[in-house]
Amino acid sequence: MAIIPKRTEMPVQDPKVRAHNFDEVALGYTPALAAAEAQRCLNCKNRPCVKGCPVNIDIPDFITKIKENDIEGAYEIINRSSSLPSVCGRVCPQETQCESLCTLGIRFEPVAIGRLERYVADFHAEKGVKSAERPAPNGRRVAVVGSGPSGLTCAGDLAKKGYEVTVYEAFHTPGGVLVYGIPEFRLPKAIVSREIRSLERLGVKFENNVVIGRTFTVEELMASGFDAVFIGSGAGLPKFMNIPGESCIGVYSANEFLTRANLMKAYVDEPETPIMKGGRVAVVGGGNVAMDAARTALRLGAEKVTVIYRRSLEELPARKEEVEHAMEEGIDFCLLCSPTRILGYNNESDPRDPKNGFVTGIECIRMELGEPDSDGRRRPVEIKGSEFTLDVDTVIMSIGTSPNPLIKNTTSGLDINRYGGIIVDGSGKTSLRGVYAGGDAVTGAATVISAMGAGKVAASAIDEYLSK
Amino acid sequence: MEADGVTAPLFAKTVLFLPEGMTMYKILKKRKLNDFVTYMEIESPAVAAKAKAGQFIILRVDETGERIPLTVAGTDPDKGGVSIIFQVVGATTEKLNAKEEGGYISDFVGPLGEPTHTEGIEKVCIVGGGVGCAIALPVAREFRRLGREVTSIIGFRSKDLVILEDEFRLCSDSLTVMTDDGSYGRKGNVTLPLRETLETGRKFDRVITIGPLIMMKFVTQTAKEFGIPVTVSMNPIMIDGTGMCGGCRLTLVRDGKRIMKFACVDGPDFDGYEVDFDEAMLRNRAYNEFERKAHEATCNLLRGEVK
Repeated sequence: MAIIPKRTEMPVQDPKVRAHNFDEVALGYTPALAAAEAQRCLNCKNRPCVKGCPVNIDIPDFITKIKENDIEGAYEIINRSSSLPSVCGRVCPQETQCESLCTLGIRFEPVAIGRLERYVADFHAEKGVKSAERPAPNGRRVAVVGSGPSGLTCAGDLAKKGYEVTVYEAFHTPGGVLVYGIPEFRLPKAIVSREIRSLERLGVKFENNVVIGRTFTVEELMASGFDAVFIGSGAGLPKFMNIPGESCIGVYSANEFLTRANLMKAYVDEPETPIMKGGRVAVVGGGNVAMDAARTALRLGAEKVTVIYRRSLEELPARKEEVEHAMEEGIDFCLLCSPTRILGYNNESDPRDPKNGFVTGIECIRMELGEPDSDGRRRPVEIKGSEFTLDVDTVIMSIGTSPNPLIKNTTSGLDINRYGGIIVDGSGKTSLRGVYAGGDAVTGAATVISAMGAGKVAASAIDEYLSK
Repeated sequence: MEADGVTAPLFAKTVLFLPEGMTMYKILKKRKLNDFVTYMEIESPAVAAKAKAGQFIILRVDETGERIPLTVAGTDPDKGGVSIIFQVVGATTEKLNAKEEGGYISDFVGPLGEPTHTEGIEKVCIVGGGVGCAIALPVAREFRRLGREVTSIIGFRSKDLVILEDEFRLCSDSLTVMTDDGSYGRKGNVTLPLRETLETGRKFDRVITIGPLIMMKFVTQTAKEFGIPVTVSMNPIMIDGTGMCGGCRLTLVRDGKRIMKFACVDGPDFDGYEVDFDEAMLRNRAYNEFERKAHEATCNLLRGEVK
């Protein structure tokens, strides 16, 4: 079989157009493009891609089904391992996971596995005829705390095994970071909604507006007849840099900015939720959330958006496609720079000046890369005297989040590490009998797919525990 | 806009965009306290069973609305009712105020925040200002229920803004009502009677104050002069109350070090001696401006509907 060195490009919205709308950027493969890309898979014997997938999807098998034009068959294979295929096809960092190990990728471009996964999942949603059958109940009840990627995966896997699952969500709508964090243009809310409805068809119940740790405690859940509890409450508490000026008006956490924009629909023409728009925006950080915040700011009408990151482009942790898209859209990258303070307006002669306290700029210092640190990444070192100021009106801090202390504070006997993460063993088991945890609540801020992987592992451990 | 008495089952409410009017928390009671302040009792048995003085809830009026935090003003666990008292200050409270008894709101979640600490406080002075009195009332009631000595001072701008006077009288050993313009009670700020009382040599184990930031700043200063510990409720700076936005961050100054805290997760109660009020007041202005504009927009909208 002939080798096709280049991957099939996926159609995208024109950068000039999409920079002003919230519609999805990537448009997905057509049947012909998907078939062409599927042909590139060598179907090699050792299947390294499967090992690169945190939920071990049988990747070559589903691609083979695409080659055979059996898209529903491909969906069934993906669905065996993943509860949220149309989400993962869009947000997984495939270039560091499955695609990074692709045999074809050793000499050429790897197979675009993520794009194919997305194609299959979207095909199923639009045209698929078979709907998941609700399994016979096995009489066991499991409570899932949080409806983000780990909770949804855990709920889906258990429901498929006949467990009666109730998911508790603190917000007014389920989906966790998939709805409040990831913007519409990257993951349309309708897709998350679709995945949630398919879980409902499996019998999963969703109870919104319930804060576990407050409305009910974990102990109360256990006492009320649940046989096990999975905690997937995420890492919601934003971090700040602790530099001067972070309390100025116009400094947001990325969480606040994105939540206001996403969940509270500030992107609709007449939002009721306060969010500031326009002007010059600096986003501090280099992860996916920073890219999301920068691109959201642009779409909300910012004149200029600058991403400030302390290492170089090579170390930038965001998904490659998002960085490329951000650059195409005209977002500036101020690399090897680190903020030292945020400057605010201060009229000494008039303390009642309404402009007082508003951000006017951000002072940064240039960095160079020094010796590699413990994770092997070269540590950025300040270049003395290289400070400079960027004039901005808004600063968005996107330097990570830590777990919300609510469940820790209200659940006695639950062991927590010094970063506030819940301590679990390899199967997601916590220090409390029958209580499991996974996702950012355990690891601190990480990726959607790693949270899904943790939800999956915990679901199988819960099944084992309750089958004894 | 009002739903016609139909509540959706809990598990059906998972569609991301519900049709307009498909709402689920019933308004059991509504009462106007003054021209700007309204009392409502909302049906939420789970919250009613748990809420303690000092805690808050978050609500959304409808499916396109903003999430706003409001302090629990009281509970009726038997009926499953949770009372809230709110001032019409922005688009959201305006819309809430347009709802009537028997109507529904789409979201109601809680109780959130740490309850007010009562341990070891035998003699307490509660100082409430304006609509902050609605937050102070359940705290006063709780101390009363525990059999502690409650001295209450409540202040308002003028007579027509006075709320909850009878309720405070019922749970206080002594009550002083102040108005800025002297149109009711005594004329002056709440710090006036507080200072007078403390100057007589009277001691409190703690002063608990809830109201505008500027008032809490001066109550704290006054009590500090006499060495009385102060708890302040930083409710006024909360934005969405879930601990994830960081919008309600405030700075505590402890042993010369500046520490960042989130009002909704770490509070809402803080040690008044430690709070950087000036910074909090500056930050608080940002959203006020927006709320005012949004309020005007909604006002005009509703006016249009009435015509």
